[in-house]
Amino acid sequence: MIAATAPTGVLAASYARDRIALIAFWLLLVLLFAALAAPWLAPQNPYDLAQLDILDAKLAPGTQSSAGLTYWLGTDDQGRDMLSAILYGLRISVGVGIASTALALALGLTAGMIAARAGGWIDGLIMRIVDLQLSFPAILVALILLALTGQGIDRIILALVVVQWAYYARTVRAAALVELRKEYVEAAVCMGVSEARILLSHVLPNVLPPVMVVATVQIAQAIALEATLSFLGLGLPITEPSLGLLIANGYAHLLSGKYWISFFPGLALLATIVAINLVGDRLRDLLNPRLG
Amino acid sequence: MTYVLRRLAWSLATLLVMSLLVFAGVYAIGNPVDLLINPQADQAEIARATALLGLDRPLWEQYWRFFRGALGGDLGISFAASVPAITLILERMPATLELALTAMLIAVTLGIPLGLLAGLRPRSWLARSIMALSTVGFALPTFWVGLMLIMVFSVQLGWLPTTGRGTTVDVFGIPLSMFTVDGLRHLLLPATTLALFKLALLIRLTRAGTQDAMLQDYVRYARAKGLSESAVVRSHVLPNILIPIVTVAGLELGSLIAFAIVTETVFAWPGMGKLLIDSINVLDRPVIVAYLLATVCLFILINLLVDLLYAVLDPRVKSGTT
Repeated sequence: MIAATAPTGVLAASYARDRIALIAFWLLLVLLFAALAAPWLAPQNPYDLAQLDILDAKLAPGTQSSAGLTYWLGTDDQGRDMLSAILYGLRISVGVGIASTALALALGLTAGMIAARAGGWIDGLIMRIVDLQLSFPAILVALILLALTGQGIDRIILALVVVQWAYYARTVRAAALVELRKEYVEAAVCMGVSEARILLSHVLPNVLPPVMVVATVQIAQAIALEATLSFLGLGLPITEPSLGLLIANGYAHLLSGKYWISFFPGLALLATIVAINLVGDRLRDLLNPRLG
Repeated sequence: MTYVLRRLAWSLATLLVMSLLVFAGVYAIGNPVDLLINPQADQAEIARATALLGLDRPLWEQYWRFFRGALGGDLGISFAASVPAITLILERMPATLELALTAMLIAVTLGIPLGLLAGLRPRSWLARSIMALSTVGFALPTFWVGLMLIMVFSVQLGWLPTTGRGTTVDVFGIPLSMFTVDGLRHLLLPATTLALFKLALLIRLTRAGTQDAMLQDYVRYARAKGLSESAVVRSHVLPNILIPIVTVAGLELGSLIAFAIVTETVFAWPGMGKLLIDSINVLDRPVIVAYLLATVCLFILINLLVDLLYAVLDPRVKSGTT
């Protein structure tokens, strides 16, 4: 273990000592780059109907199109290049995962800090809500929320925030309670430092790093959950297909042996989740072995 | 005893709050009349259908009627199937429970021995392979595992069927797949799919528990007494690590029932989860509400049973020394 305040160079060097974690890190960088640069990397815009040719539907991987374009990963039932669809899908999946985790972290952090500082009935109320929520599996809560609110990228982010915030609130509250009892807080109070300042510039920096590491792994969970919900037809609408929706789209063709429509998006999803998990686990081992 | 009473009170409060939330939420979405009757219907017909379903009443009155009904086991009539919602749920429940329990059985019978092996010799290649399996098991989304199993075992190899429960046998009036060969063939893929995540979890828990236990004084003492290594594991390590594992396995049963929604959709397994997805698609409110309340009741029951089992396994809980 090394301290959270160690210089970045030291951290990088000890991170690189685990070869699998290092490979995962590069894989993650490549995937993130692919997600960001999808519009420039993709051979075609998979949602521009003018670029699609229905005669090219359900072609096997490696087939050449009439226009001379090679479909390395095949095409789907609309004649869409799977590689392009996966790049765009990855962009949506990763975007939803990061956005929802960041929002949930912000909300959980606020709720947890308020609960820890306020105590009394406010603390009790917030923690009862957290207990209630955590006693139900995330997928069930998210499913019901989406059934109520309907589809859409904003709705799925909302659902993912709702299922994740409670976890951060509980972790942050526990960590903040420990910090608030420490002597440096007492010292700051004696010096007449304002309440808000103590929370923001003394307690927060100490609470944040371990929670951020947990959040890294949570991004993978959020991506998997979004894919699952989209697969069930409750997540993203067909106009914004994430990896989960691409997989669902290929499900019907899987039974007739056209595996590539489901298989390759699934592989991309799997690579993303595994890479994030491995990087997150390594960071947690290095920075914060207690939370394991 | 006061602990048990307090737990029961909290459970009942949970049930009440959930029924309110679920009702308010579910009844705020869309108008099911639009979906159920002919789009060419005139105003009078729409009004008649609305009145028949009780949808013209204020929300609190609808809830009160629902609440009084729920106490007597009446959760409303399914809009789509025109039979009591609770009947639909109870019809489908055995299929879901069979799937979830089989998955848990697979996870426990494989997970504990594998975790034990990985924990006893953490540096061996076997332990490393087991842990790699567990990492992948954690990362794989349930529905993707199901699709890949279908692709390999049903489409490519043609060994196992892809959908349904197969032939069932009635046991005390409950249809079950696990007692016929055809039923087992249908059960194998969905149960494996559902089990994989819990298997990964149990491997990790057992491994961590084993590694922890091997460092304890009682293990060193047992070895000093001259007990063989297998006797140490069997009568000292295993009983101690089983306590937290049984707790987690029990609590995870609830999440298995929730995740069965996904597995049932992939394999067209006729359980409650598939019913829920079908009902959401046609906005069949009574069935959605009935599913949620049935699931909440199951969760509360499971948590209670786990606590009782915990007390049996750990004598310290019963004597009240903790």
